[in-house]
Amino acid sequence: MAMNPLGLLPEICLMAGAVIGLLAGSFLPRNRQWVTRLIAVAALLASAITALTAMSGAAAETAFEGTFAIDAPTGAARLIIAVSTLLVIALGAGELAGHPRESEIYVLLLLASLGAAIMAGANDLLVLVVGYLLATIPLYALIGLRRTPKAAEAALKTYLLGALLGIALMLGVTMLYGVSGATGYQALTQGLAEAPPTVIIVGIVGVVAGLMFKAGGVPGHFWVPDAAQGAGIAAAAFLTTVPKIGALVAAYRFLTAIPETIPWPLLVAVLAAASMSLGNLAAFAQTDARRLLGWSTVSQVGYMLLPVAVAGQADLALPSLLFYLAAYSVTNLAAFAVVASAPGRGSLKDYRGLVTTNPWLAGALVVSLLSLVGTPPTAVFVGKLTTFTAAWDDGFEWLVIVAALNTVASLFYYLRWIVPVFKHNEKRPGAGADTLPVTHRASTVTAVVASAVVLAVGIFAGPVLTLFSGPMAQ
Amino acid sequence: MLSLVIFLPLAAAVVLAAAPGIAERAARWVWVGITLTDLALVVGMWVAFQPSGPGQLAFEEQLEWIPNVGSSYHIGLDGLSLPLVALTAVIFTACAIYELRQEDRPRAQAALFLFLQSTCLGLFAAQDLILFFVFFDLSIVGMYFVIAGWGHGNAARSALKFFLYTFLGSLALLLGFIGLFLAAEPHTFDMVELAAAAPLQDNPIAGNLIMAALVIGLAIKTPTFPFHTWLPPAHTDAPAAGSAVLAGVLLKMGTYGFVRITMPMMPDAWRDWAWVIIAVGIVSVLYGALVALAQTDLKRMIAYTSVNHMGYVVLAVGAAGVVSGSDAVARQVAVTGAVTQMVSHGLITAALFLLAGILRDRAGTYAMDAYGGLAKPAPKYAALFAVGAFASLGLPGFSGFIAEFQIFAGSIGPAPVVLLALPGILITAALFLRALQRLLTGETRGKSVGFADLRPTEMSSIAPLLLLAVVIGVFPRWLLDVIEPAAAVVVDLVGR
Repeated sequence: MAMNPLGLLPEICLMAGAVIGLLAGSFLPRNRQWVTRLIAVAALLASAITALTAMSGAAAETAFEGTFAIDAPTGAARLIIAVSTLLVIALGAGELAGHPRESEIYVLLLLASLGAAIMAGANDLLVLVVGYLLATIPLYALIGLRRTPKAAEAALKTYLLGALLGIALMLGVTMLYGVSGATGYQALTQGLAEAPPTVIIVGIVGVVAGLMFKAGGVPGHFWVPDAAQGAGIAAAAFLTTVPKIGALVAAYRFLTAIPETIPWPLLVAVLAAASMSLGNLAAFAQTDARRLLGWSTVSQVGYMLLPVAVAGQADLALPSLLFYLAAYSVTNLAAFAVVASAPGRGSLKDYRGLVTTNPWLAGALVVSLLSLVGTPPTAVFVGKLTTFTAAWDDGFEWLVIVAALNTVASLFYYLRWIVPVFKHNEKRPGAGADTLPVTHRASTVTAVVASAVVLAVGIFAGPVLTLFSGPMAQ
Repeated sequence: MLSLVIFLPLAAAVVLAAAPGIAERAARWVWVGITLTDLALVVGMWVAFQPSGPGQLAFEEQLEWIPNVGSSYHIGLDGLSLPLVALTAVIFTACAIYELRQEDRPRAQAALFLFLQSTCLGLFAAQDLILFFVFFDLSIVGMYFVIAGWGHGNAARSALKFFLYTFLGSLALLLGFIGLFLAAEPHTFDMVELAAAAPLQDNPIAGNLIMAALVIGLAIKTPTFPFHTWLPPAHTDAPAAGSAVLAGVLLKMGTYGFVRITMPMMPDAWRDWAWVIIAVGIVSVLYGALVALAQTDLKRMIAYTSVNHMGYVVLAVGAAGVVSGSDAVARQVAVTGAVTQMVSHGLITAALFLLAGILRDRAGTYAMDAYGGLAKPAPKYAALFAVGAFASLGLPGFSGFIAEFQIFAGSIGPAPVVLLALPGILITAALFLRALQRLLTGETRGKSVGFADLRPTEMSSIAPLLLLAVVIGVFPRWLLDVIEPAAAVVVDLVGR
């Protein structure tokens, strides 16, 4: 087994970007912090490009003695993570420019991205734990940076839940190691074949609980709506998107290593059903746009768990998961970019008359929300189509029906946001959307670009799915 | 060629939506111009329509789209889809002309209707289930914005009900499509391949479940009893052109799905379900007619007659599934009648909804009691309304007669029980005659006083629809010659 450090070039780019950004940020004067933004963008671009080149190259392999997989899922996750973080920086350009902690924010974003990428590639339980910690700790800081009571509450909630479920993850890892004598996934599969099923199940529950915290799915979802509402907008966009990518790919990879005798698909299916239903039910009554998006991400995790429940069983499981992750990330970030374009708009009512004041932004919002519903020809539609197909293919018809019903239900609250956009703005002059104190042009542009990508990924889904269809390393 | 017909309106819609420089007034003429161009292209296609054999598609195009899930951009026309494509082009042209005088955000309205036109044309041309679904869902989105944006009364609520209800139907449909996809070997969403393979022939349990999903999805869209409750509010609160498109084109997507998807792809399950479908059809016919009879609101009345008229289509396609002990020729006649009825109902109901819209436009209400003796101040309006009403009640000489005659002639053999639906025709006749009497005859009173007669734009949008209904009623061969071979193919496929 070779070390193959060059296989980790995309991660090394992120790491280098974080270190250089941190050093540069410490020495740069206050008014020239934008240099760190350039460093972060360069690091992310380098990471995305190296990830893409690696994907077009050789087939599945591993690095560092089998502990880190370099294959289609890792490549896809790296690509999606880098592009998503780029979008986060773009949509947050107005909010972050001149922020007293500007450099630190970029460094934290890069480190959390790195953690998510490591989780996605982890082929060993210990690497998974490292990735989890690296992806989680920067989040606490990112949420708390805003220094408002709500942000403080959200940071505390995230911290407590993250610590608790992080311990669950490590407990699970310990138990699995204890009964199998291995932490590498390949050896784990063999080692668990003879192990007592009860211990394996407890171990799986622990690991999955930890991953659900990162993914923001039931039962680790409590922090998501608070953080989505309380944190800065860029941070909220980031933490509802990027950690999920790492966590769900990690869950897929981990669960395929578990022997088929253990009924883990049922566990994942129940979590999926619970996530989508609970997220939807809670989203119904929300009046705050960001809190609504927070709950909507909880329900979206439910759909993304469909292919995880049939991991390794259905042909479409892996490509559909990766496709959904990509589709969801761009869509969610487009919606957050709309929010970021005018931070003064808090509640759904504030979007009244947006179509007349800013038709492009209104278009971006409608496209991104309809994509979250799963209306064709947007990206998430193809994601839903393929994940539903994958789940049905392996006998989870009931879960597909639950998911379809949830999709119909979700239409209701997304429409609650769309409806005011098209209403006439009959407020008295001097108030309303066109006189908001702050508007960010960069966010508007990001929203329009991202929603165009949402449509493009949906219409040209074939090549994207093909790109994500490579094999998984063992 | 076919792609051009489908996407020309969409391209125009994008230009209209993205170019704020276009004057509102010019937008209306662009809309008319595009719909007329598209109509001319469709007429050209009708003339050139020459399928290479029974069951073959004309103007076929196929491009790779999502090969990973066996889905391609596959379009083409046969005798079932060509009449509906033509119907779509005709109705959208009529709406464009009708709305020439409309003042409320005409540029956005034109863009939205052009977008909607593309989705409808695309749906009838689609030969791939995913493509079909894409257009199906987008038509719902487009119609939602039409009702919510240009409706009146309780438009937001009606639009939401319409969206949620039909979206539920579309997801049921999607589940059915996924089931078909997984049952086929190799997995494919291609309609032609699925119809050839009939993948669920030897798996009745899965077949029946998938059929249930598809039937629910299509029945909501059609709509049939008991899934029709979204229809009356949607129609009442939609703008006139929106109602015309909704009743004239969108409702056809449900029944078109029966003849295009369920019948050829799942013949076994369709035969099992035939009696359920017939029963639903009969109930829809009678229930729609009786409830329509009780309405005092003209638009609501027309909406319920749609439930009645689409019920005939449903019972005909159901009867075509009763294979044992019946004559294939009779079943062909039933299917031909069903497709003819779709075209006929589209033309007549679109005309009636546009005429109803004029009532509201002039006097602000659809209540029939508010009018009386309209024939005197508005003779042209009265004449067109009378023609529309007679056409709708199935008088010989109009397309409705040709369609309903074939439906009953073809269905009675396989399923004598359809005789139960005959009173529906009688009730419809009664309610239309009563509506005529209330609105047009007697002393000019109430809102009728000073009622302005049809303007040239209104005349030139509504009259051609009714003229077409008469032409089909008197010289039906040109239409039937297109439908009959395709109906024969469907009947053969169901009889497998």
